[in-house]
Formats: sequence, structure tokens, C-alpha cells
Amino acid sequence: MSTPNGTPTKLTQGAPTKGGIGESTLRPDGTLKVTGEFAYSSDMWHEDMLWGQILRSTVAHAEIVSIDTSEALALPGVYAVMTYDDLPTEVKNYGLEIQDTPVLAHGKVRHHGEPVAIVAADHPETARRAAAKIKVEYRELPVITDEASATAPDAILVHENRDDHHIGHVPHPNIVHRQPIVRGDARRAAERADFVVKGEYTFGMQDQAFLGPESGLAVPDEDGGVHLYIATQWLHSDLRQIAPVLGLPERKVRMTLSGVGGAFGGREDLSMQIHACLLALRTGKPVKIVYNRFESFFGHVHRHPAKLYYEHGATRDGKLTHVKCRIVLDGGAYASASPAVVGNASSLSIGPYVVDDVDIEAIALYTNNPPCGAMRGFGAVQACFAYEAQMDKLADAVGMDRVEFRQLNAMEQGTIMPTGQPVDSPAPVAELLRRVKAMPLPPERQWESSQGSDVRQLPGGLSNTTHGEGVVRGVGYAVGIKNVGFSEGFDDYSTAKVRMEVIGGEPVATVHTAMAEVGQGGVTVHAQIARTELGVAQVTIHPADTQVGSAGSTSASRQTYVTGGAVKNSCELVREKVLEIGRRKFGSYHPAWATAELLLEGGKVVTDGGEVLADLAEVLEGESVEVEAEWRHRPTEAFDLRTGQGFGHVQYSFAAHRAVVEVDTELGLVKVIELACAQDVGKALNPLSVVGQIQGGTIQGLGVAVMEEIIVDPVTAKVRNPSFTDYLIPTILDTPTIPVDVLELADDHAPYGLRGIGEAPTLSSTPAVLAAIRNATGLELNRTPVRPEHLTGT
Amino acid sequence: MRVNFTVNGRPQEADDVWEGESLLYVLRERLGLPGSKNACEQGECGSCTVRLDGVPVCSCLVAAGQVEGREVVTVEGLADYAKERACGHRSPEGQDSQTGEGTELAPIQQAFIDAGAVQCGFCTPGLLVAADEMLERNPNPSDADIREALSGNLCRCTGYEKIMDAVRLAAARQGEAV
Repeated sequence: MSTPNGTPTKLTQGAPTKGGIGESTLRPDGTLKVTGEFAYSSDMWHEDMLWGQILRSTVAHAEIVSIDTSEALALPGVYAVMTYDDLPTEVKNYGLEIQDTPVLAHGKVRHHGEPVAIVAADHPETARRAAAKIKVEYRELPVITDEASATAPDAILVHENRDDHHIGHVPHPNIVHRQPIVRGDARRAAERADFVVKGEYTFGMQDQAFLGPESGLAVPDEDGGVHLYIATQWLHSDLRQIAPVLGLPERKVRMTLSGVGGAFGGREDLSMQIHACLLALRTGKPVKIVYNRFESFFGHVHRHPAKLYYEHGATRDGKLTHVKCRIVLDGGAYASASPAVVGNASSLSIGPYVVDDVDIEAIALYTNNPPCGAMRGFGAVQACFAYEAQMDKLADAVGMDRVEFRQLNAMEQGTIMPTGQPVDSPAPVAELLRRVKAMPLPPERQWESSQGSDVRQLPGGLSNTTHGEGVVRGVGYAVGIKNVGFSEGFDDYSTAKVRMEVIGGEPVATVHTAMAEVGQGGVTVHAQIARTELGVAQVTIHPADTQVGSAGSTSASRQTYVTGGAVKNSCELVREKVLEIGRRKFGSYHPAWATAELLLEGGKVVTDGGEVLADLAEVLEGESVEVEAEWRHRPTEAFDLRTGQGFGHVQYSFAAHRAVVEVDTELGLVKVIELACAQDVGKALNPLSVVGQIQGGTIQGLGVAVMEEIIVDPVTAKVRNPSFTDYLIPTILDTPTIPVDVLELADDHAPYGLRGIGEAPTLSSTPAVLAAIRNATGLELNRTPVRPEHLTGT
Repeated sequence: MRVNFTVNGRPQEADDVWEGESLLYVLRERLGLPGSKNACEQGECGSCTVRLDGVPVCSCLVAAGQVEGREVVTVEGLADYAKERACGHRSPEGQDSQTGEGTELAPIQQAFIDAGAVQCGFCTPGLLVAADEMLERNPNPSDADIREALSGNLCRCTGYEKIMDAVRLAAARQGEAV
């Protein structure tokens, strides 16, 4: 990877600004996080606070015949019990795009674990016991669990009387959204194909499994409003959904971001926000709600499980002729982000390849399975798993090397997407594959050393199941494409307030945004941008809250691009005002104030030739400058509902992986021993954080390749493994070394040329591991995650 | 019930403790020490790891009553604990930094920051306590040793590579200091 550089500067004299973009500055919250002082949302505490508890449905689909709360209310220590009938206004639903989700169930529950009632008590155990005393009588209904049951002629509708803006174009009311994409003529192009491969693929339901459980503290305000301290991905989106249900104007719902223990998409939807506020307003006391892990598995949406049907064709010389595909995403009981996931899955369904003739369809279902929505990779992950399996099959059919086949068909700058949108910035797909293939392979029989065999480096590990017998190595490759930012015409802006003043004789910049820092390092990058743009050493990051305009969501790999862009823009506006003050105060002392391009560097105003004109401390003495401004990336447009054509995406992000696995073929145990990644990041604003993001995303992809899946009973639609005992995420023992090669090809449309990076590594990791396991075993393996029984056939 | 025990070198008394409360709950909600984390509350994730009479345990699985008369070290006291180990005795000013505030960091804490091993940070307190204990036992660990020792601590953000870097860095710095 490239060496971290210092701040780009034209200075020939004077002091450069340290800690600007391109440097691996350390997290400003690092010390707080290693000492235990950093306050996460579950750490909030208030004198006299109560504890909230949610009662959830024990069945997936049922009419509610009756709810009896009397025993719960009679329990000493209980302050309030609320059901649907206690909701204060006519607005009783919420939702990211479609307001189809009841705050508390009314008449019916549509999935296992749906909130039915809420309790506030003086001890969490009292609240739990009270919730258990609420008597709910259900009359069970047949469950809708898959495409066949959802679209059967006599299918029960998961949502009666839909009036959302998708109902007009979906073929069935149990389909949330449908997006076809048609370009060229796939049927005619198929006639040119010398080789055609078809496949059906299944992608299991993955959980975000962020470690900080859903939690927060709602404190009633004297004006009848409420102050919510919360872990979320987008404060203003929460606010828009919370205030109407409480019957309060948005200004009376004050929100402050508490420490967020990871997110990965699972905090885009509301969880306990409204429930805590309702109980606080009802009791007049602060109310804290903290899910345990069991409840967390019910408290947020998951990654859509999917069925994917693909047909690829190629000519004898290895050029792709056409792709037909159909992607069926299970959205579960409520819409959440399903429509946008459909847009991504369809528009990115053929991967980073040149194909002029495509016939694509993606749909999301309403079922009685757990609701699914945003998770890192957002629709592109499921597609990548399938199209990369297809590319291997097709390369084998043509008789070409699998990497060379990909490189031959790789998109590049100027390639037209299936949506008709040209890729108008670097798309180094072939180069990323070249780089990842060029990395040295780990040594054969790596578990052996001069001291003998180390079982910890073999499949099965300390279970001591093999010393190398039956162990076969495999190598697999994959590459993916992910969009960056909100797409399809969404007004995807961010706001940044930047203040500059002199404190203690030093110029100091304060950056205030509503950006949710969820661990990605946005706060680090904001300080770096302010140093680069304003030439100051000291930057204060103000806590994120709703006292400043929206920063949009911490998702879609967008925050460094969009809120970073907003911080840069506001800094530039502040700089102009600082220079105006300088000209007013000192302009008469030096002609360069009027004639030269001026920069702020190293605490000084300098010319672009490097001549120092004034200290910033002198310019700002007795003055302060503050700017709050919105910033937007270039607009996008919706995909046509029949053809899928449209300038739908802002930017694309690319990563390639090579996986090396060792498989104990007798026991079906897999050990991934290396997972190498090459990714183009445009510009690494903080190389250390960039590599950390790539490695983290890579391992979430490994998780869904070999271990992670929420098991939903196909008969009852109940979740069977809501715990870290039964839902396994990779431990440090399951995780290989992850060499990372970072490429920096600037996107001229983006601030500093940067590219959103957080999601792309989650795409190609999974298919690379699957390809390596296929390579080791010779098995077809059309579903993920792969479990031992899939490898042993037992 | 009432529970008397020592936390980070300071005697503590917790009153009105319900018998079902865990050590984790008492630390977080009764003693104002929320550094130990509540990621799973079922002994699977290691985010609540503390030292109980020197032994790393998941504090969510320890009933509060079990710690009567015993010594607990949490992430808030880790810096002092490491300092005392290095000096061979308890420093008299140690008790001032019972909450971790204003303390010089332990080598493992500094290494986590420097290596980029902290993202969301929710796993960090438990990993720090576990890694510090491993380096106490095994100052010169192999990669396989590190992975084995930390296999009870889940992290969802980092993919563990920077955590490996941090532990190697702390071990190397510890080696240089000797």
C-alpha cells in the first residue's frame, strides 16, 4: 500500500499543518474508548431513571384477540404499561420510506418478536417480570414465508390496503417493490453465446451483530418535550419518524448521539427510540432501555436472504454475451429499506463487467419472516455472491483462467452500466485482480514448523481433529462493485457548522455536524479536513445532535464523501471570511493580500508562493467566524420503472479478494488461512482507518461465507438462534491474516478525489471464500453460508 | 443484599443488590463504572471481561454475591494495575485514578490506539483486560498464542488484524522496556 503522505502543500516556507488529510492521525476518541470513559448509549444514567422493557410477540402471524395488562400494572415498582390504545396521536406507524411499521402492534402481529406492549419499572428485572405478566391472546394465521406462499392465488396479504408509492407497479401486494432492468437484447445476444451457464443460488439471512446493543435514555423536558440520548446511524431520520408519533413538533424532540457500538446498517431503522420517549412522557421520569443480545436479534432488521437465478453466456474467445438474472429478496414483515435494496441489487446485479445485453429483475417480498433492511453492502452483497460463482463456472466452460476471464470482461472508466449510466471515474477492476493475484501465497502446510504441527492453524483448531490428514487447500478470487451514497434521485446532502476563533492565543476550529460516528472514524477525518483547510493544529469535534442540520445517514459508504465534503465546504467558506478579516486588518501592509491566492497553513496566512502574511491568531483576535452550510454531491435520478434506465448512482467502489482456505474434507471443517484484498479508495484520507475498514468488511464477508445465518423455522417463521451461542460471528481464531493493497486513483467528482470505501470489501470476500472452498473440494456449493454437512454430504 | 468488595484497589459497598444481579450490573449501574460492556450478557462475547482475584472472567456470568470480599480490576483500573505490576508495588496515588480519568495509559491501551485497533470500541475494554492478562503470563506470544488467548472476545469492526498488531506492538514495547 502507498506510504502515508503529509498534507499536500504549496508552501516553500512557513510551517506546514500537521495532522491533515492523508496522514494516519489517531482517533480523537481513542483515549476515552481504551479507558472505559467513552459513554455509549447503554452507559447513560440519570438520577431516578426507570427501565423500559418491551413485550414481543411469541408467534409470527396472528390476530391479537385480547391484551390484559392488569397483573403487570399491579406489580410493585411498575410505573407504566402501554399498548397500542395508549398511543397519544393518530400517527401510530413509522418507517424509513413506507410508514408500515406499528409502534405497538394493533389487532395483528406480522412477525416473531414484534413489539406488543411496553413497561417502565424501577429495576430492569421488575420491568421484565411485569412484561411477562401481560396476557396476550393470539389467534394464529397461516404464515407467508417465501415467494411461492407470498404470491399464491389465495395468499393472505401481509399488509392490507397498501397505499404506498410502489403498489401501482408491483405484480402482487405481497411484493414491496420490483425493479426490472432491460438493456440491449439478451435473448438475441444469447444466440451468439458458445457457452451458457445457469445457476440458482441461495443467500442466508445475516445479522449485523454490532456489539453495542440497542439502547438509549429518554429524559422528559420541562416544556413537554423530550431529550433522547441514542445510538443511531442518522439522528434526523429518527427525528422525522419519532416526533409525529409522540404528537410533538420536531423542535421539542431533542436528540444527542450517544456512543454507538457499531451499526453496519442495523441502526438505520428505529428500535427502542419511540418506546423510551413514550414511557418518559407518560411517567414524567427519565427512561432507559437496553436490549440484551436475545432481544437485539429481534430488535433490528437483518440482511435480506435471497434466491438468485442467473444465466450467463460467453463466446469461445471468452467475451460475455449476455446476462439474465432474477433476484428475489425476502423483505420480511415490514418494508424498512427494501425498496432501495431492490434498486441496488438490480442495478449492480451483473457486477463490474462489460455486458451490453441484459435482462434483470429484482423484487423484495413481504412475508412473515423477520423484517430485513440495511446491512453493509445493501443488495450488492447477495448479487456478488451469485455473479462471481457464475463467472467461475463460465471461465471453466470456456477453458480460461478464472482471473484472466474476469480481466478480459472487466469494466473500466467509460463502461456503460446496465442502467445506461456511464462509469465516469476510474474503475480499475482488472488491476485490482492483478494486484491481489500477485501477492505471495501463504506457504503450503503452513501449520508445520520446526517445532512440529500447530493444531491451532488447522481446520478444527484446538478440537485437535486433524494433524493434516484429509486437509486440502483451495484458492478463490472475486471482485465486486458497490455504489457510494444514496441513489435514485434521493436528495443526499450533509450539513456542517464550522467555527474558527482564538482560544488561549491559539487559533482553534470547531466542527459541528450531526454525523453518527459509529466506529468508522468520521470524527478523525473531520479534524483532518479542518486542519488541511484551515491550517490550525487544534480542532474540536462538537458532539453530534439535532441542533445542527442533517448529516444524512452513516451508511452507503457515504459519510467521508458527503459529510466530509460538507466539512470541507464549510471550512472553505470560513477561510474566505477569515481572509476578508485579514484583508480588512492587514491588507494595506502587503500587496499580496489583494493579488495572491491565499492559504491557511501552519497557523498562518500564506501566499501560494509560501510567503507568510500574518498569524491566524492576529487575524482572528477579537473576532470569530462561523458558517453552517449544506453540501450536496451531484444529483442522481430514479431508475425507470420498466427499463431500469437512469443516472441512478453517484459513485462506484471496487474491491477484489483472494481467499486461501484449507478444508478438512472428512469433517467438513473450513479454515480460511488468508484473505487478501486490493481496493481502490480514490484518496486515503486516513490510511490506517482505511485499512481497518477494509479488514473489518472483509471479515463480515467471511462470516456469511462459513458461519453466520439466522435460522428461521420454515413452518412457524420463528427465529431459532437469537444468541451468540447459536448465531456465530468470526472470532479471532476464525480469522486469517488480511493483507491489504490500497490503490488511490482519484475520482475528480469527489472531495479530494476520495471514494467511499466501507462496503466494497464486504462484497467480494464471501464469493472469494466460496470459490476457494469449491476449488478445494470440487463441490458446487450454491448457497451461503457453507456448513460442514454441505461439504461432507451427511 | 449488601456486597462488599474491592474494585481497582478501592473498597466498595453496594447496597440493595437484588440476588439475581450480575457483577457486570453492579459495576455499571450501582458503582458508576460502565467501562465493562454489555454486548451479550450471556458469556459469549467477552466485552465485560474483568479480573476477579487476578483471573479474567466474564462479569456478566458472575453473580454479584460471589464477589463478596474479593478483588476486581476493570478497564477503568487497568492503567494503575499495569503500572503497579511494572513497579512491583501499589502506587499511593493509584486510588485517585479509580475511574481511569487523567491516568497515564497502560502499554496495551496505548498500543490499541496507536495500531488502530479501536473502531466502535465496544469490544475494546474486554479485549484490553484479556490481552493485558495474556502478556502478563506470556510476554513473548506467538500469533497463534494471541489468537488463542483472545478467542473469547468478539470484535465486529476490525477483523482483528489491528488487534493482532496492537498486541504484538505492546509485547514488543514491553520487551524493549525490560
